[in-house]
Amino acid sequence: MLIIDCPYCGKRDEAEFHYGGEAHIVRPENPSELSDEAWAEYLFMRSNTKGRFLERWVHSEGCRRWFNMARNTANNEVEAVYLMGETPPKEVSK
Amino acid sequence: MTRQANRLGTDLVAGARIDRSKSIWFTFNGRRYEGHEGDTLASALVANDVQLVARSFKYHRPRGFFGAGAEDPCVMVQVGVGAETLPNLRATQVELYDGLVADSVNAWPSVNHDVGIVNDLMSRLLPAGFYYKTFMWPASWWTTYEHVIRNAAGMGVAPKQPDPDTYDHMHIHCDVLIVGGGPSGLAAALAAGRTGARVIIVDEQSEMGGSILASRLLVDDKPGAEWLASALAELGAMEEVRVMPRTTAFGHYDHNHMGLLERRTDHLGPGHDIARQRMWKVRAGQVIHAGGAIERSLVFAGNDRPGVMLASAAATYVNRWAARPGQKTVIFTNNDSAYGVAADLADAGISVQAIVDLRVEPGAAALEEASARNIEVLTASCVVETRGKRAVEGVTVMKLNDAGDGVVVGERRFDCGLVAVSGGWSPAVHLHCHAGGKVDYDEIQGCFVPGKTLEAARSVGAANGQLDLADCLTAGWQAGTNAAADTGFRKPGKVPKGPTATAVEVSPPRHVWIIPAKPGEENKVKRFVDLQNDVTDADVRLAAREGYRSVEHLKRYTTLGMGTDQGKTSNIPGLGILAAELEKSLPDVGTTTFRPPYTAITMGAIAGRYTGQMLEPVRRSPMHHWHENHGAAFEDVGQWKRPWYYPQDGEDMHAAVARECLAARNAIGILDATTLGKIDIQGPDASEFLNRIYTNAWSKLAVGRCRYGLMLSEDGMVMDDGVTSCISDNRYLMTTTSGNAASVMGWLEEWLQTEWPDLKVWCNSISEYWATLTISGPFARDLLAELCSDIDVSNDGLPFMSWREGTVAGAPARVFRISFTGEVSFEINVPASHGLGLWQALMTAGEKYGITPYGTEAMHVLRAEKGYIIVGQETDGTMTPYDLDMDWIVSKKKPDFIGKRSLGRADFLRDDRKQLVGLFTEDPLEVLPEGAQIVDDPNAPIPMPMIGHVTSSYLSANLGRSIALAVVKGGINRKGETVHLPLENGRTVRAEITGMVFYDPQGERLNG
Amino acid sequence: MKRYSIFSLVRNAVSHHKDWPKAWRSPDPKAEYDVVIVGGGGHGLATAYYLAKNHGITNVAVIEKGWLGGGNTGRNTTIIRSNYLWDESAHLYEHSLKLYEGLSQELNYNIMLSQRGVLNLAHNQHDLRELSRRISANRLNGIDSEFLTPADIKNMVPLMDVSPEARYPVMGASLQKRGGVARHDAVAWGYARAADDRGVDIIQQCEVTGILREGGAVTGVETTRGTIKAKKVALAVAGHTSMLAQMADVRLPITSHPLQAMVSEPVKPALDCVVMSNAVHGYISQSDRGEMVMGAGIDTMTGYTQRGALPVVEELQRAIVCLFPSFSRLRLMRQWGGIVDTCPDASPIVSKTPVGGLYVNGGWGTGGFKATPGSGWVYAHTIARDEAHELNAPFALERFTTGALIDEHGAAAVAH
Repeated sequence: MLIIDCPYCGKRDEAEFHYGGEAHIVRPENPSELSDEAWAEYLFMRSNTKGRFLERWVHSEGCRRWFNMARNTANNEVEAVYLMGETPPKEVSK
Repeated sequence: MTRQANRLGTDLVAGARIDRSKSIWFTFNGRRYEGHEGDTLASALVANDVQLVARSFKYHRPRGFFGAGAEDPCVMVQVGVGAETLPNLRATQVELYDGLVADSVNAWPSVNHDVGIVNDLMSRLLPAGFYYKTFMWPASWWTTYEHVIRNAAGMGVAPKQPDPDTYDHMHIHCDVLIVGGGPSGLAAALAAGRTGARVIIVDEQSEMGGSILASRLLVDDKPGAEWLASALAELGAMEEVRVMPRTTAFGHYDHNHMGLLERRTDHLGPGHDIARQRMWKVRAGQVIHAGGAIERSLVFAGNDRPGVMLASAAATYVNRWAARPGQKTVIFTNNDSAYGVAADLADAGISVQAIVDLRVEPGAAALEEASARNIEVLTASCVVETRGKRAVEGVTVMKLNDAGDGVVVGERRFDCGLVAVSGGWSPAVHLHCHAGGKVDYDEIQGCFVPGKTLEAARSVGAANGQLDLADCLTAGWQAGTNAAADTGFRKPGKVPKGPTATAVEVSPPRHVWIIPAKPGEENKVKRFVDLQNDVTDADVRLAAREGYRSVEHLKRYTTLGMGTDQGKTSNIPGLGILAAELEKSLPDVGTTTFRPPYTAITMGAIAGRYTGQMLEPVRRSPMHHWHENHGAAFEDVGQWKRPWYYPQDGEDMHAAVARECLAARNAIGILDATTLGKIDIQGPDASEFLNRIYTNAWSKLAVGRCRYGLMLSEDGMVMDDGVTSCISDNRYLMTTTSGNAASVMGWLEEWLQTEWPDLKVWCNSISEYWATLTISGPFARDLLAELCSDIDVSNDGLPFMSWREGTVAGAPARVFRISFTGEVSFEINVPASHGLGLWQALMTAGEKYGITPYGTEAMHVLRAEKGYIIVGQETDGTMTPYDLDMDWIVSKKKPDFIGKRSLGRADFLRDDRKQLVGLFTEDPLEVLPEGAQIVDDPNAPIPMPMIGHVTSSYLSANLGRSIALAVVKGGINRKGETVHLPLENGRTVRAEITGMVFYDPQGERLNG
Repeated sequence: MKRYSIFSLVRNAVSHHKDWPKAWRSPDPKAEYDVVIVGGGGHGLATAYYLAKNHGITNVAVIEKGWLGGGNTGRNTTIIRSNYLWDESAHLYEHSLKLYEGLSQELNYNIMLSQRGVLNLAHNQHDLRELSRRISANRLNGIDSEFLTPADIKNMVPLMDVSPEARYPVMGASLQKRGGVARHDAVAWGYARAADDRGVDIIQQCEVTGILREGGAVTGVETTRGTIKAKKVALAVAGHTSMLAQMADVRLPITSHPLQAMVSEPVKPALDCVVMSNAVHGYISQSDRGEMVMGAGIDTMTGYTQRGALPVVEELQRAIVCLFPSFSRLRLMRQWGGIVDTCPDASPIVSKTPVGGLYVNGGWGTGGFKATPGSGWVYAHTIARDEAHELNAPFALERFTTGALIDEHGAAAVAH
């Protein structure tokens, strides 16, 4: 069980959080203008990285706030947390 | 037989950790024996000269004590009887208590006369993996073969009654967790403890001390036991230090999450009313692995005879328990550590016939110990056979050639009942590896030592490959100091010195993975690598020859290391043999992954209290006890207990539901709808938010009005539905289905926070704050009017799909004129604390109208009569609003809402999608089973093409016939057609596709 | 191939088992193959076998970065069943089960198929409805499936708690008698031996590092043992499917997750079928060695660690002890993790890709083992003919664009 450093509450057990999948997938402005392929890309296609992965979490049993996290999916090392809407900090932005 | 014939007197062993003044009587295989307080079952049996304790897994060969602790591969016993029985306990880890009853396992009729030995006679036919090559013909016989195999396998017997014991859990944080209470662990604990850090030190044994308990070495120039006592006294006096014996650190998980299992009453026997075991979940700032090392065996002919024992185990039986594992002894070693054992045994009066050493040059200090006791040392020699029937009676020794792969002519024979073997030491790297720690191969010691880890952890002492006591103490002290410092604890001033011991020079071991047999006997002998699973060197080599060349293949093909000991003593020798066979170096062959738990842990302890009724919390409405008192039958809906129906005298479910349904249409029905999800949505952008979440339009909903909404997932499928009401400007109350209350709340938050942070909207779950009571039926309005004076409840004052705030029976209330029954219906929301009071008031005042409580079953029937869907019943994650014939709720004007884009994809435009319709069976009293599949041609061959299934089906008392909702391919355009339903009993039922609204299609009652 | 039998065992016993042939060769990779299959697990090996057997394509290499059968094939809980809800899944898994039923003889390798029955428990009205729907569909699809009452269940599994007082009482179950378990390693090894015998090169310790393309079609793979040319490249790398596909710039709707499994110490027979429960969330069977083999759902976060966390173990043990109160005193001996790749609809992808000559087989989630023979069969067909077999046509990549998903979440909410 990971320790996750909620940007609002501090370090808590992973059990207090829920996973929200890959970060920085923006809902298209005008879905109706997209092709089926482009819509499928938004809906389903994920990068599923082995290694540093930018993902979303929500502190569901705490402050209920969503935030972003950079985690190494190969060894579970948490490298950074940052707020929704922010770009990843320099040290983890590839 | 003499009592404790092999118990050594105080003249021979002074410092044993048993209380000779306290006798403990126990039973093993039906015989009573005496032991002492401080004994394990194993040490007491050794003291009583019981050598044959178990049988091996495959060949049922006799097995005796090989180790003295967790490493012993063989001596599984069944402890206790009836509901309290425990299978597969290792006798070396069972603490003795008065009245203990233990038996050998997997032997029939007895461990002394086990017919399973026939497997041994056939062992030539049963090499590694033999079962993959046979039992295939005739194919149908496999079931029989398997039955026999299954009955032969398994070790102990599982209890049949529910576990009478309880278990609990503790959560704790600490700065430094030390695994292992031996010299390095204790030194670390002292160092860390003195800084004021919160320290936990655990050891799996009954008392702290580790190797000190079984050794005669001095610490700080004092006897080990004396130093141990003072160290424990000091640790005991430290407020922030917790010393936990009988506690196994079984797993090291990510981010220093550590699992510990504390055995609280096992050593006392059954009948204690505290939790038998307790699982501790520790989050440690720093972890120090000081779990010691495990001695390895040597793979020589006849090495599985009872009487062959790890040298360290022999020393432990003698020094710790004053139990003599044999009278005449031969030591067989590849390293210096066994010389100390020889000295210990000799000093305890055991006749050490010889030390057989694989090496040409043993260490000088070692040789000195031997010569001081006149023990003959045979260098460059090996044991080529053991002799004896059920136990060792003697060995033959020959000179080893320079290459180590053959012997030189000329034998020496020794009579002995004990062969104490040392094949070197393997650090217990298990926990280090659990969380992804790497290992490095130590060429000299022939073992894996801890390498890199991402965890805030370090390994010290024997667990780190340091075998010398002096090194262990120094390293432990250093590790304790550093770990404390890393968590912010530092002792001010000069760094004090830690405990010390005298360092001993040793010579390196010699690694010969397969000890040669007598010339010409290579094919006759058995040399065991894994004593539990009967894996021999020949099996390992066979696997390699057949192409099972990776270490994982080896393990799986031969079952090496798959037993309950998980290969603690056998993994490295197995790897060595595989490497030799493949002509690779050992580290190139690799090692199997170490997985938790370190030793097996009770499943009930992992479950803790959170099982049985405590598996999950039970959610009850404020009116729950009323329902209980009025005989309600309940159904589980998620964690909720909801009244299902209220049977009266002699009624079955069918009768009760019929009565409830009739009452709701002809008088008043009252439903506890508290479980509905309720979300308070506020903010200037709230209506825009609803526009995006729901398929229909929300901008124009006036204060006081309610609207039904459908929400889709982004892939266009119906996800939830419910009524949302405008409470005031910029404020809405959303209701959700009971089951989805939490997930919809999460859904809303996710969109608001992650996608639309610009929207000024705030959501709050208020489900539990309100009790919801629904009254429904022709007299519902009259009843409400009686109890509510501040709301005009007339059809004009409170029209359908509107709500008002007021007081009902003295309780502040929100009254919603909405309906899930098709009747005039009011959902009265009051603060939860008023729920029961209002319910009772309604029941009392409603009596004259024939008010009748109805449960979820009647609710389902009533709504089905009206063709209202239930999300999760009519939908299954594959239904669109169009499939539900609900085009009317999908806004054509809104440019976007969640899921809209998906509705335009190719598969959604098919006209043969499954669509929701009604079904009338030909026989009006035939009630279709829910879930029944629908076909066009019931005579089509299997697999029969299916066109849909029944989603809901009831006998409607109001309509006097059965009704069903179903999804049918292209069903909306097939009304009037006949379909077929082949049932499980072989009967096929015909039904007509109809509309979904069976009752009051014009909605006159609703608007009345 | 020298056949295995009781007679060959006796013969070899005489020669002290010194003369057993290798189960498969360990050849060096050739410069070029007709088909390179990436991934030496059950699916990859079965595909190679059926390419050779059904389609006569034998110039095939199976390339494995570790040791064959070392991925999910060797880490799963070995449950085999075909009682899926949707026609598409039911047909595919049933084909697989039928192949399993003759596989020991087909491969001349005892895979120890044990058709001891699979029970799927229902704990509430919703479960019962779903169960009845699935049983009805299964029967019409030709899949054996029957309903058991709590009393029937008690007869069959005496140690299970079916009392109505339980927190989530057992209210019924579906039983597929032909379902059961098999020896997972043997499936991989059996296919490997049989494929090797037909000329397939199985190359272990060889990692694919790149997929070579020219003009929108594959031409081979880069590996840690050099470049290997190939007319067709077929991925069968559960857990790492999207990473490999990425090498050819193919994006997949797949995410990878840790899945844990665990075993107890071996005990004498105490459970004679497979028991699965969604509501109490766990599944359990007893291996031929006597161990209780247990599993639950996937970890929700993306991960490649092949290990799990304690909370999953706790959750599972609560479930097992609830269902089997006497197993509380058994001891957990070993836990481990695998990496499963999952699709949004909990159904696999067995499909061509936009890149010519590149095929993908993945996204089996937690259910891949039971599909091994069927998956190999249809994948081989897809590769050989460059078009889907009718059984895997619905499992094409295009379904994520058209929306024709095969949503098995309802039927497979618990891992399996």
